[in-house]
Amino acid sequence: MTVTVAGSKKEYEEGITLPELIEKEEIENAQYVTVTINDEFVAREDFPNTVLKENDTVEFLYFMGGGAR
Amino acid sequence: MSIVIHLKKQDYEAMLKHCRAGLPNEACGLLGGRVDGEVKTVTKVYLLTNVDASNEHFSMDPKEQLAALKDARADGVSIIGNFHSHPESPSRPSEEDKRLAYDSSIEYLILSLQQPDNPVLRAFGIDGNKNVTAHEIDIVE
Repeated sequence: MTVTVAGSKKEYEEGITLPELIEKEEIENAQYVTVTINDEFVAREDFPNTVLKENDTVEFLYFMGGGAR
Repeated sequence: MSIVIHLKKQDYEAMLKHCRAGLPNEACGLLGGRVDGEVKTVTKVYLLTNVDASNEHFSMDPKEQLAALKDARADGVSIIGNFHSHPESPSRPSEEDKRLAYDSSIEYLILSLQQPDNPVLRAFGIDGNKNVTAHEIDIVE
């Protein structure tokens, strides 16, 4: 099935879960990444049970923050 | 490797205005643009909300991050860096800045307003081992 990942259309097997996708995409520091599917933010506790569907659009957003000290 | 970041003067001024408007808190944003070898060209600056509303911390609003990412992609570019202000400290990554730099592929720009009439903007690369490398910023008309 076709899934758009970070702007690129890719082919993945049916039933792939979000953690599996993150692993296949070799996302650096994945524990600090926020994920949206079709512009909806996915709660981290829902990652394991999230199954990608045909034509889903997935984005990975790094937490961006810091401090002065 | 000698990385140079090209930043339009009007974009620099927009960043500066945003950071000054955010005082006394830290302000933040994203940089859209393209990478050509060691040259990184900023094509658009995104002014984001510091959801921490703090003068010692910043966190970007993820919804605004997503909107910026999609806008950059629509322009055929990508997010090549971020920036934030240090209202009362120098333009260098703090320990927290380094710890929270999770994306080693982007530029980290820091605008110090420690001396209000002499803002200092510097750029840094922060790798996965938290090694910091200063990069040159070329502000162009």
